[in-house]
Amino acid sequence: MNIYFRNIRILSPSDTIDSQTSLWIRNGEILHCAPNEVQTDADTIVVEAKEMVCLPGLFDMHVHLREPGQEYKETIETGTNAAANGGFTGVCCMPNTIPSIDNAPTVEYIMNRGKTTLTEVYCCGAITKDRAGKELAPMVELLEHGALMFSDDGACVSNPEMMRRAFEYIAPYDGLLSQHCEEHALTEGFAMNEGAVSSVLGLRGYPTVAEEVIVARDIMLAAYCGNRRYHVSHLSTKGSVELVRAAKQRGQRVTCEVTPHHFVLTDEAVRHYDTNAKMNPPLRTQADVEAIIEGIKDGTVDAIATDHAPHAVHEKELEFQLAANGILGLETSLGLAMTYLVHAGHISLARLVELMSVNPRTILRLPEIRIQVGSQANCTIIAPNKEWTVDVKKTRSKSVNTPFQGFVLKGKPIYAINRGKLWHCDC
Amino acid sequence: MHTFSHRHFISAYQLSREDMLLTFRHATEYLDFLHSSDRKKDDLSGVSVVLAFFENSTRTRVSFEIAAKRLGAEVTSFQSAASSVSKGETLLDTILNIEAMKVDILIMRHLYSGAHEFLATRHGYPNGRVMGSIINAGDGQHEHPTQGLLDAFTIYQKFGAAGNGFYSDGLKGLKYCLVGDIRHSRVARSNIPLFKALGAEVAVCGPGTLMPPDLDALGVRLFNHIDEAVEWADALNVLRIQHERMEQGLIPTLREYISCFGVKRKHLQHKPQLAILHPGPINRGIELESDVADAAQSLILSQVERGVAVRMALLKLIAENRTRK
Repeated sequence: MNIYFRNIRILSPSDTIDSQTSLWIRNGEILHCAPNEVQTDADTIVVEAKEMVCLPGLFDMHVHLREPGQEYKETIETGTNAAANGGFTGVCCMPNTIPSIDNAPTVEYIMNRGKTTLTEVYCCGAITKDRAGKELAPMVELLEHGALMFSDDGACVSNPEMMRRAFEYIAPYDGLLSQHCEEHALTEGFAMNEGAVSSVLGLRGYPTVAEEVIVARDIMLAAYCGNRRYHVSHLSTKGSVELVRAAKQRGQRVTCEVTPHHFVLTDEAVRHYDTNAKMNPPLRTQADVEAIIEGIKDGTVDAIATDHAPHAVHEKELEFQLAANGILGLETSLGLAMTYLVHAGHISLARLVELMSVNPRTILRLPEIRIQVGSQANCTIIAPNKEWTVDVKKTRSKSVNTPFQGFVLKGKPIYAINRGKLWHCDC
Repeated sequence: MHTFSHRHFISAYQLSREDMLLTFRHATEYLDFLHSSDRKKDDLSGVSVVLAFFENSTRTRVSFEIAAKRLGAEVTSFQSAASSVSKGETLLDTILNIEAMKVDILIMRHLYSGAHEFLATRHGYPNGRVMGSIINAGDGQHEHPTQGLLDAFTIYQKFGAAGNGFYSDGLKGLKYCLVGDIRHSRVARSNIPLFKALGAEVAVCGPGTLMPPDLDALGVRLFNHIDEAVEWADALNVLRIQHERMEQGLIPTLREYISCFGVKRKHLQHKPQLAILHPGPINRGIELESDVADAAQSLILSQVERGVAVRMALLKLIAENRTRK
């Protein structure tokens, strides 16, 4: 894999070159990165990159690759292809596999399957055995085998005593606990956000307070257990943004992520029972979207993660109540963030790099990516002003469940480069 | 002359005021016809109608069946507790199979909100397409639009231009209150937009636990006690209280519910001109005292009678619209 970008810009916290640069990557290594042009060899592809920017490889810290156990929805191969196609060079997959990631062999299996893929695959281990909330999973063993954080994703640890024990148990390792914040007693049988739209549609609602009581509880537990590291998964409400903001102001080690769909769509997307707009947490209201964008701007929100959740057609083409929760995310994430955050004037491209590359890696304590001569190339080349239309027919995922079909976006991944591999993004 | 241009009838929000008045005009004729010795018409001759009920029903199913048969349609009816879902077949597959038998009008009741809209729109999926007309006979807690129409028709005949003419412009100015479990009621969700479109003021009355989360979204006012609702309203539509709501802990005791929200004889004595509707089946002694159900002010059986006429009108309009296309 040898490629030479002529007149590209580099945007990376330690290595920004905001003028036209020549970037030569040969055999996966950065050979040249400076304004002057160099003579390339015959087996190097030369790309006129005047409209392109090179970013440190994008990282998605919340994806569902479905393997092992539900390979009919997605596999590590198809999931990492979708990731590369969306410009991601690293992902962290959630533990709701079958079996769940509550044991070392499953961590090993997943890491092995992701060993040679362009997109690096990391694991989020389970907090409790089988994510059942009853007994702690062997978190230390999972950590030793490579798990980067812990969560019972999708099955919030309801019992506060169990969550407290988890904080205490992982404290000597300063491990990171993450939570899908949902007080199940308040969400039984839910199908969408509770509010004006659910009142008209006659669907059982998931009130915002069901998320917020867990965010608040966990922040209090994390503080009580000695300022433990805590990360809120796919935060979706105005109240949660406020809780995280206040915790950070108090000096707590609390971080959070948001998904593109929670800052782009509202529960109006459910108005006609489109099951591609069904997910957990559900799409909220305009006020929540605005609060999330405010949180993205002021630093309350640390990361953008997709919650990429592939489901087969037969699990989505159903009555709304019966349809599975979740949507694809990897191939639309950058385009949505560019369009609805950067081009909308809310944040700079540099801030986007923090949200989509730097911060997720920092939270997970992965090494910083450098774009400098001698480094292994781990980068995403984007065309920030390129307009494109989302077409799910082009997806590299095994599934097609997206509410963004036909969306016209501005800003597109062009190449993903990592581990000596090059992927030409075509999403 | 206004034309009815709906292929499906899924939600009360589809209908304009003109659509409703047109339906009422036909329903009035059919009501006269139902009282005549002539029992059968041929407006739907050759039209294949399937009644697919995935949830128990007596009143609505019989009403639709009689309506379709009186119009000369070929009617097939089945009731299936949880459909073939228990056998692993999806709703869509079940309906595509029925469609393949060349059905013109599918009248369906389903236990999940939005099932009809899902079938009618098939969000973005490539294969198959539902070709017939779909009529909603109740979907989960979403809507029961023909019940809403027949309730409105009953009130319109009593108070509107067709009746005493008290409200000559639709039902403009009528004060209409739904009483009881609004949160879980598909009848309420269809009644509210229909009565509002006809110009009525709409209120609801019931305990907080049985109210939808956002009443403003429905555009109704709230009464916290039946006495206040009676004082305000020209007509009450009293909804059935399901025993399930007790088990769910949404109502502490029936005694307390009856005391706060039950319609009693004293209310009719206090306001003799008050009209009482109930979509049935009624729980005598709970949401209304037995005397109230049988009182002259009760329109319960006249609702049922008008239900057949309204459904005949709707079937005719939808069938006509199909031939026009």
